[in-house]
Amino acid sequence: MRWKLMMLLLPALLALGACSSSDDTESALTSQSAATTVAATTVAAVATEAPEPFKLGLILVGPRDDRGYSQAHFEGGTYAVEKLQGELIVVDKVNPADSPNITIPQIVDDMIDQGAHLIIATSDDMKDGILEAAAAHPDVPMIHASGDSAWADGKAYHAELPMLGNFFGQMEYGKMIAGCAAALQSDAGKISYLGPLINDETRRLVSSTFLGARHCWTEVLGKSASDLSFNVNWIGFWFNIPGFTLDPTVVANEFFASGTDVIISGIDTTEAIVEAGKKASAGDTVWAIPYDYEGACAEAPTACLGVPYFNWGPTYLKNAQSVIDGEFTASFAWIGPDWSDINNHDTSTIGFLKGDGLTSANAEKLDDFIASLGDGSLNLWTGPLNFQDGSSFLGSGVAATDLEIWYMPSLLEGMEGPAE
Amino acid sequence: MNALQQTKYFAGAITISLVVSIFFLWLVEAPLVDTAKLLVEGAFGTNQRIGDTFMIWVPLLLASASLVVTFSAGLWNIGVEGQIVAGAVAASFVAREVQGSTAVVLTLMVIGGFVGGALWGLLVGVLRVRGGVNEIFGGIGLNFVATGLIVYLVIGPWSRDGVASTGGTEPFGPQAWFPTIDGLRVSPLALIIAFVALVSVMFLLSKTHFGLRLRATGKNSLAANRFGIATSRYLLMAFIIGGGIAGLAGVTQAGAVYHRLVPSISGGYGFLAILIVLLARFRGLWVIPIALFFATIAMASFQWQLRLGLHSALGGVIQGVLVLSIVLVMGYQEGRQHREQSNIRGNTAL
Repeated sequence: MRWKLMMLLLPALLALGACSSSDDTESALTSQSAATTVAATTVAAVATEAPEPFKLGLILVGPRDDRGYSQAHFEGGTYAVEKLQGELIVVDKVNPADSPNITIPQIVDDMIDQGAHLIIATSDDMKDGILEAAAAHPDVPMIHASGDSAWADGKAYHAELPMLGNFFGQMEYGKMIAGCAAALQSDAGKISYLGPLINDETRRLVSSTFLGARHCWTEVLGKSASDLSFNVNWIGFWFNIPGFTLDPTVVANEFFASGTDVIISGIDTTEAIVEAGKKASAGDTVWAIPYDYEGACAEAPTACLGVPYFNWGPTYLKNAQSVIDGEFTASFAWIGPDWSDINNHDTSTIGFLKGDGLTSANAEKLDDFIASLGDGSLNLWTGPLNFQDGSSFLGSGVAATDLEIWYMPSLLEGMEGPAE
Repeated sequence: MNALQQTKYFAGAITISLVVSIFFLWLVEAPLVDTAKLLVEGAFGTNQRIGDTFMIWVPLLLASASLVVTFSAGLWNIGVEGQIVAGAVAASFVAREVQGSTAVVLTLMVIGGFVGGALWGLLVGVLRVRGGVNEIFGGIGLNFVATGLIVYLVIGPWSRDGVASTGGTEPFGPQAWFPTIDGLRVSPLALIIAFVALVSVMFLLSKTHFGLRLRATGKNSLAANRFGIATSRYLLMAFIIGGGIAGLAGVTQAGAVYHRLVPSISGGYGFLAILIVLLARFRGLWVIPIALFFATIAMASFQWQLRLGLHSALGGVIQGVLVLSIVLVMGYQEGRQHREQSNIRGNTAL
């Protein structure tokens, strides 16, 4: 009798057990080609014999093919190892839902066992783990993107970790351009931002988006700021984790149901553009602006106004080369676009690719906006700016410092939605 | 059944599971030799990996010990996951709020975690005993509530300063970290807690009147009641003790593995422990090697993912195949015994 009961319950138990680890997409590691060799690094603990191919360890928070944040990093890593003819060691889907029992220090240990010369942890969610790993392997070059542990002026400086660096792109510019594109194209003046979790980074990015939208709404189109609605809702993580976060598909549809005609995505995945594509196919006049990955508009090209994206290749290459040359030390780099051509894959860390949904007239206006950002004639982080609660952030004519922008404590006046 | 027959059945089960597992590996185009090699090397290849394997063993032992108690009382405590979470939440509360030496903080975390898990288990028990809600449904419901609670705490009152993320809380202070062997991540204290809990459960069930009555309640609640055993009380006690021990798994996960509270703190180990206890046929001693084997597969699946690019769920598939094979063979074996006994009775009647 007991065994019959077991037989009845086992499938349910197995299914429940599988919930902790199963997922839809294909997983894990690849080791990419290593045809020739490069000079061996002098870094201790990892490289012992020369010559050997350079090995780059990459820890991704999502799947490498998410058409978003993780894919952008994966392609950056691929770019670097192709240039160096090295190897890429990738572990993807390192997040609480897909890999609940794998920790960053475990992954780092394993990558070092495999001979990784440089290890990059690519999510802010990996902060505690990479700090722990860096303390355990103080001689191994590592980078946390985005982090601030190597920023001597920052709030979380770790002087005791001389080989844990940070880099991140100045996506604030990409977001300003996205905000401007949304405002130019919006008929209703109702823009919504699909936010991930709330922290300094996401507050400064959504605020940059708002600044771009408001500028183009008022200064380019000559409309009243009070007619522009800018709403933000946060799902709780960088992408959907059923049971743990709000479902971005549901949030996107709620935005549209409330009259939003442009959604700007701040999450790692493509739900906003996918839902906008469905609505547009059904005849609604709506658009979306995805995020992170250059190819994200392909999900629904005609509903896409453009995508601000990371082009990590040049930055990865530069850091890998510094390891190879034995010159790597912990540094903090906040890298802007190459304004001569923000879509140059060999030089610009931040890009913006216009989408098919953007009208040609608006595309021209957007180009003017980009040019004014690039030549320095327009700095949107200039006062007067107030915080959401009405308190003063920047006085009239005062430009924000890097520290003030990086550690953005709140949202700006004119934005709707929680700030913490 | 004699030992030889039992061995034959067990060997049969292992053979079936091996054949099916190899089929799955072939299906996903996994290199068989490397996969097998990494099963051992992944779990025991270096001191660090041996330590990591033991640190998976710890919550499996604790959750299994918890389930041995509740299964002995005839209860299907699916709510063990929620009880692990409750223990982790309680321990995290202590870690965040109590200032003191490591000894004081860790002691209070262990006590707090036990109490947290016990209270969460008691809720299932009260629903069962007073409300007539089957413990399976009550447990599943409370698992969802526990997940909701932990997400609320992580993204709400216990969130990092200025942050609202389901990623986890701020790491605990060093006084709330379980001490580890130098250079490794394994915590002897966590191992000791797991062993003490398991041995205590075995002693409680086999050497005490309480254990005898609890098992009597599990075997036949009605008969036990007629013998004067207050079965409701024993059921509640089973949930309290089982929940408390499961809560200890939450303590070690928070204090010895993650050093903070994360939404996935239970790691699915509670569900895995249900399979372990089924395979061990509710016997504490057998839990030890079976849990170690499952920890080995869990570590190996990490290596399979890292080194071979295999899907992270493959380890779960192999565990499932193993359990199903053994349960199938045992079911066949019991059915055969039953038929043989029926034949004997039939012949006798003739």
